[in-house]
Amino acid sequence: MTAAIKARGLTRRYRGAPALDDVTLDIQDGIITGLLGRNGAGKTTFMSLATAQDRPSSGTISVHGHDPFERAATLEQLCFVRDNQRYPDDYKLKHAIRAASFSYPHWSQDTADRLIEQFRIPAKPVVKKFSRGQLSALGIVLGLASRSPITFFDEPYLGLDATARHIFYDELLRDYAEHPRTIILSTHLIDEMDRLLERVVILDRGRVVRHADVEELRGGSFQVAGRSSAVDEFVRDRPTLSRRIVGGLGTAVVDSTLGDEDRAAAASLSLDISPVSLQDLVAAYGLGDTADADPAQHAQHERSAA
Amino acid sequence: MFDDSRPIFLQLADRIADDILRGVYPEGAQVPSTNELAAHLRINPATAGKALTTLVDREILVKRRGIGMFVAAGAGERLADERRQGFIEHFIRPLLGEARTLGLATSDLIRLIENEAREHRSREDGTRENEAKETAS
Repeated sequence: MTAAIKARGLTRRYRGAPALDDVTLDIQDGIITGLLGRNGAGKTTFMSLATAQDRPSSGTISVHGHDPFERAATLEQLCFVRDNQRYPDDYKLKHAIRAASFSYPHWSQDTADRLIEQFRIPAKPVVKKFSRGQLSALGIVLGLASRSPITFFDEPYLGLDATARHIFYDELLRDYAEHPRTIILSTHLIDEMDRLLERVVILDRGRVVRHADVEELRGGSFQVAGRSSAVDEFVRDRPTLSRRIVGGLGTAVVDSTLGDEDRAAAASLSLDISPVSLQDLVAAYGLGDTADADPAQHAQHERSAA
Repeated sequence: MFDDSRPIFLQLADRIADDILRGVYPEGAQVPSTNELAAHLRINPATAGKALTTLVDREILVKRRGIGMFVAAGAGERLADERRQGFIEHFIRPLLGEARTLGLATSDLIRLIENEAREHRSREDGTRENEAKETAS
């Protein structure tokens, strides 16, 4: 496997608080990787560091073997579609397109024209007046038409309706099939987009908690639900990603493939078993153990505090 | 279309195998390419490719370099064999398990199956008669 991006001990602190915390990670070349995790997990920070829009507090990041800060040739190979990209005040669609066509050496005007038509991006208003969805659509046009060897999309779907999102997915797969390249995208719409990905990196509180083939994760864990005492007993000697107890009922996500023994144990404890989607899995990493979030217990704490 | 219980490439391989069994793709026919499957199902091409490779490894499909993937000779028969073996595991055993939970004896179970089979047959005959009538009129 060749790495497009290598991070070693990569750390970025903002006013002392780590946004990325000692991340060592290889992003594989030529595939679509998803960056997943809760808000504040470090997804945007990672993309900003890889594209030299920000500098690490410590550690290193290299893109195709070079520090992106130190080589214009490396930067030319990158395209970063930010969710809050700003354009000059007087820019209309044609200005944004023209600027991009000069900046990206692999620019495809045909792709840009086709996508502008499909997304129905208006030509007349200044980009500053665009709606959230129109801004996202413009970002997607620039990202796909750039044909950059490494393209980053940071939550590219904000404000897009279902039809426009499907256009994005179809065009992404089409262009990627015709011109394979490295694509890194962050998303919260995991149920909708997980199938587009080949690998996923799950971040939580600035750290990589999982990096795997998306297909490996599908069916790689399962969920049990039932009486809280039964859930506790079931998870006692099993690797558990999250446990959520509300009153007498509980659910837990178990981090292993479901075997006959698990089935039998769950049946004897009258627990229901269900599959875990990637969305559930990411939520489990972001949740951890919330047995203390039991409202009855909270009420008790508050009473005893009073 | 796909569920979260197991990898999509396995589910897709099963679906293509189903289509071969049902004659959608007869022996020697070409199946859709990796990119066709990926675009049609909105899935990563690597996932689609893995489904096809799995079927090549199982000798259900054969690859003709530069042309595409085709249904192998005898693929239908091999798949039917696999299914028959899976029938006991996937249908008979769970059936016996549920019967035990409900306190049904094996003889009760056999009687239920025979009754159901009779009704199934008469329903099918009814449908066929209706179809025949429609065709006649």
